[in-house]
Amino acid sequence: MKFPTAKPASPATRALEVVPPSGPTAWLTTFTAGAMTFLCVFALALSLASGRLATRWSEALAKTATIRLSAPEEQVQIQTDAILATLATTPGIASYRLIDDDETRTLLEPWFGPGLPVEALPIPRLIEVVEADPPYDSLGLKQRLTAEAPGAILDDHTRWRRPLAEAASRIRLLGVLSIALIGATMAAMITLAARAALATNAQEIRVLRLIGARDSYIARAFVRRFTLRTLGGAAIGAAAGLLGVAALPAADAAGGFLTGLGFTGWGWLWPLALPTLAAIVAFLATRRAAFQKLRELT
Amino acid sequence: MISFENVAYSYGGGELLSDVSLKLAPGSFHFLTGPSGAGKSTFLKLAYAELKPTAGRVTLFDNDVTKLSRDDVARTRRRIGIVHQDCKFLDHMTLAANMALPFTVSDRESDPRDLDDLLSWVGLKHLADALPPQLSGGERQRAALARAVIVDPDVILADEPTGNVDWEMSLRILTLLVELNKMGKTILVATHDLNLIRQAKAQIQARVLRIAKHRVQLAGADL
Repeated sequence: MKFPTAKPASPATRALEVVPPSGPTAWLTTFTAGAMTFLCVFALALSLASGRLATRWSEALAKTATIRLSAPEEQVQIQTDAILATLATTPGIASYRLIDDDETRTLLEPWFGPGLPVEALPIPRLIEVVEADPPYDSLGLKQRLTAEAPGAILDDHTRWRRPLAEAASRIRLLGVLSIALIGATMAAMITLAARAALATNAQEIRVLRLIGARDSYIARAFVRRFTLRTLGGAAIGAAAGLLGVAALPAADAAGGFLTGLGFTGWGWLWPLALPTLAAIVAFLATRRAAFQKLRELT
Repeated sequence: MISFENVAYSYGGGELLSDVSLKLAPGSFHFLTGPSGAGKSTFLKLAYAELKPTAGRVTLFDNDVTKLSRDDVARTRRRIGIVHQDCKFLDHMTLAANMALPFTVSDRESDPRDLDDLLSWVGLKHLADALPPQLSGGERQRAALARAVIVDPDVILADEPTGNVDWEMSLRILTLLVELNKMGKTILVATHDLNLIRQAKAQIQARVLRIAKHRVQLAGADL
C-alpha cells in the first residue's frame, strides 16, 4: 500500500462542499437580504433627495430676496422709483427686477386660480433682488429702504429658508438612520441564521476538527455560503428597488425648487454599491458568529 | 511522540486519571485496557488534545498541549490518525470524498490512484461512491481507519475500533493495524476485548497499558 502524496490545490470551492446543503431554509437568508436591500434603496433615495432639497432650497432662496411694497395707490409709483433708485446705488446687488402684473398673476395662479383680476386687488408690488458676490449688507439696505420708501419691506427669505432646510436635513438624518438600522437588522438576521446553521452542523464541525481542519477552514465554508446568498439576495433587492424608484413619477417642473424621490447623476451608483455592502456585512457577521461558535467546540 | 508527565484529569468532582506518566515511543504498539468508565476515552482525548490535563504535562511531538493554539491543535491532528468506536463521517459526501477529507481540509489534494489503493487495502473499493449511512458497522470502522491513515500520520489512536463489529471483522481491523505498525506507525488501541489483545500479541510486539484506580500501569505478560 502507498500513502497518497500531497499536492497543492486550489481549495476555493472545496470548502463549500464540507457543509451539507442546508435545504429549504437557505432561501430565507437570500430573501432577508433582498427585502432589506429593497428597503435600503428607498431609504437611500429619501436621504439623497432630502439632501438635494436642503441644498437647493438654501441656494435658491439665499441668492434672491424680494422687496415688497405696500403703499397707498398714489404713492406706489413714487416709492417704486425710490426703491429702484436705491437698489441702483447699493453695492453687492447683481440685478433687480420689477415683477410686472402678468408675472404676479402667474405666481398667484396656483393659489387663486386663473383669470384673477390682479388690477382690482390691493396686491403689493414685488421687486426681485439677486445678490452679487460679495452680497449686499442686508441691514444697511433695510434702513435705506425705510428712509426712502416707508412702504417697502425687504424679505431675504431667511425665515422660510431655515425651517425648510432644517426639515430637509432632518429627513436626511432619518434616512441615514434607517439605512443604519436596516444594515444592523440584516447583520443580526444573518448572525442568527449562521449560528443556527453552525449548531445544525455541529457533528460535521467535530469531524472536521478531528481530522485537523483549522477554524478558518470551517468558517470559510459557512462564510462563503452566507456571503454569496446575501450577495444574490441583495442584488435582486437592489434591482427591484431601482426599478421601483425609476417608476416613480418625475418631479414636475411646476414644483420649482422641489425635487423628485430618486437618484440623479452619480447618485445612481449608490444603490449599485448596496449588494457589495450587504455582502461585506454578511461576511463580517458570519465570520464573527462562526469563530464564536467554533470556540465552543474543541 | 506522545508523552504524559504526572498527568491528572478530573471532571468537576473527583479525579478520573491521576499521576499518569508514560511515553509512546515511535513505532510502538500499545493496547489500553480497563473497565468501562475507567477513563480510556479520556486518556485518548488527552493524547489528541481534545482535552487538556488538569495537572501535569502532556507533550505531543515535543509541544506542550496547554501551549497549543486552536490552529496548532489542528496541525497536530494532521499527524495523528483517530478512529472512534462510533466513527462519524460527513453523511452528504461519498465515501471516497470522506476519505480524501483530511487532504481537503489541509488545502491539499489527494492522488485518486492512491485513494483507490487505500480503499482496496481496507476492502471498500466497491463502495467508493456509497454514502456513509449506507455502510455497515464493520465497513464504517474500516473506512474510519482508512481516513485516519490517509495523510500518512505518525500516530494512530483507536478508541474501541472493534466495539461494534463481529470477531471476524475485529481480526481484519487488527490485521490492518498490525500492518500499519509494521510500516512504522505508532499505534495505541483502547479496547476491553482481551481476546483481541491476545491475538495481537501473537503477531506483534505489543505492550498493554491497564487503567486501574485512576492510574495507567504497564501490565505484565499475563492476561
